[in-house]
Amino acid sequence: MFLTDAEKAMRDGAEGPAVAAAMDLLLRYGAALDAARLCDIRNVAGTMTQPSPVKARLVKEHGWDKAFAVINLDSDGDFEIPPMAVPTCQLQHGFGADALGIVPYPKENIELQASGEAFYGRHGVNILATCTPYQVGNLPMRGEHCAWMESSAVIYANSVLGARTNCEGIASTGAASLTGKIPCWGNHLDANRYGTHLVDVRVQVDSFQDWGMLGYFAGGVAGEDHPVITGSIGQPDLTDLKHFGAAAATSGGVELYHIPGITPEMPTAEAAFGGAAPPPAAVYGPAERRAVYETLNEIGTSADVDFVLLGCPHASVDQIRSAAAALDGKRLSPSTELWIMAPRALKDVADRSGYTEVIQRAGGRVLADSCPAMSRAAPKGTKVFATDSAKQAHYLPAILGIEAWFGTLEECVDAAVTGRWNGGLR
Amino acid sequence: MSAVILHGRTVVPGIAEGEALVSHEPISAWGGIDPARGVIIERRHELYGVCFTGKVLVFPSAKGSSGWAGFFQTTRLTGTAPIGMVIGRISAKSALGAVVTRVPAITDLDADPCEVIDTGDWLLLGNSTVEVTKR
Repeated sequence: MFLTDAEKAMRDGAEGPAVAAAMDLLLRYGAALDAARLCDIRNVAGTMTQPSPVKARLVKEHGWDKAFAVINLDSDGDFEIPPMAVPTCQLQHGFGADALGIVPYPKENIELQASGEAFYGRHGVNILATCTPYQVGNLPMRGEHCAWMESSAVIYANSVLGARTNCEGIASTGAASLTGKIPCWGNHLDANRYGTHLVDVRVQVDSFQDWGMLGYFAGGVAGEDHPVITGSIGQPDLTDLKHFGAAAATSGGVELYHIPGITPEMPTAEAAFGGAAPPPAAVYGPAERRAVYETLNEIGTSADVDFVLLGCPHASVDQIRSAAAALDGKRLSPSTELWIMAPRALKDVADRSGYTEVIQRAGGRVLADSCPAMSRAAPKGTKVFATDSAKQAHYLPAILGIEAWFGTLEECVDAAVTGRWNGGLR
Repeated sequence: MSAVILHGRTVVPGIAEGEALVSHEPISAWGGIDPARGVIIERRHELYGVCFTGKVLVFPSAKGSSGWAGFFQTTRLTGTAPIGMVIGRISAKSALGAVVTRVPAITDLDADPCEVIDTGDWLLLGNSTVEVTKR
């Protein structure tokens, strides 16, 4: 891999042992990818504070500097961690102290994370604590090279914002945060940003639920490649494409898609395929829509719903407001809990706007920082849950061993109020 | 016993020798493996319940969460890691995963490793080649 003189100096220790260790990881990683060089980045979204058994042991025995070296730089060295070299944010992690008594989540984890937030805050990490940094002030520019983790955020940054990032990991984002460098490979290169698969939509898609199902279909069609979506789609908003991308990154491994006329990078289907003839289209019609719906609902057998989960990826203020409107004047079934996951900054807006109070009056909760999948935590005794998120319906049955129903926000709120699933594809 | 030699590109340098564990389906790490036990836990996966510790893991690609590499790094730190990786199609997830697992790894082979290699075959990884001795 080609290195500039400045990069060679970093490798050789001119900026201290932590930066040298970060460069060493980037060199090993760049070689593994067969990358030609590194690119400069000034936007890192990674994870440092999320509790884990290995991290708890490292912090207890050797402190946070060592935990960062081992986990976030893949280094065996002993050194102090300098301040972040470039703007770096913490993605979603575990639950915080305000979840005590609501979420069955270990107090030791809450304490470890609080100590991590203090350490990393001192080192210049912005504790956004959300899977949707783009909702709370981290909006990379079109063409900007970034080093982001979190598959639903990566696909949003690449596709909706036109920024450039691969689906990075804990060690590569850690190394990027101390160097402002990442291998210039994959989605960073012009030649790799064209479409590879064509999805022709023949059933009108313009609801939040339908955008999620279309995303799940597109991920199944394109796998790790780049679907191009054309046909009868309405104008999506942020929440629709947040759901679409999370679903496409779940059923497949999509990191980049194009919707000509909507997403910024490829204005036409012709441009999206770089002037080459588009491949034969995968048709998304009523039968395919029903098949996706049935796949997302195939884990459910019991209609007795214990738990309703909204806000995956983390809810927008509009989604919290819609949930509040649906719950206004109602009361949850005594056997059912309802949680809405949101970025803490947006929960604050919901609190000020009175939405949280309406939701709490009905018996529901607005929670920040985490989600049941990240923290492996649902209300005690949960056997069956309902959600409006295709991603969560896919993952949570495997992670928590529970049954899932997937439907609209209104169907989920109805399930929370009646304790029964009455949803169906309309 | 005759050996087949596959030629590819080194992802992580080094020599590893051992028994193959072949997955024909992509491997998911977060929600897909238990790093404490070194076991595949994805319910619908063909290797559900199978332990990869001490094996050369042969798989077509990495899928799922960006926590992929972190989970495999944890297998190294807890002593449940595979001893090598043969990767069909490299990605950022699997490249970083092999690096932080610190085991010899190879990709871009001149034949589909998931077709040529069977679970239980004896593999020798090194110098951008995989030597396959059928069991």
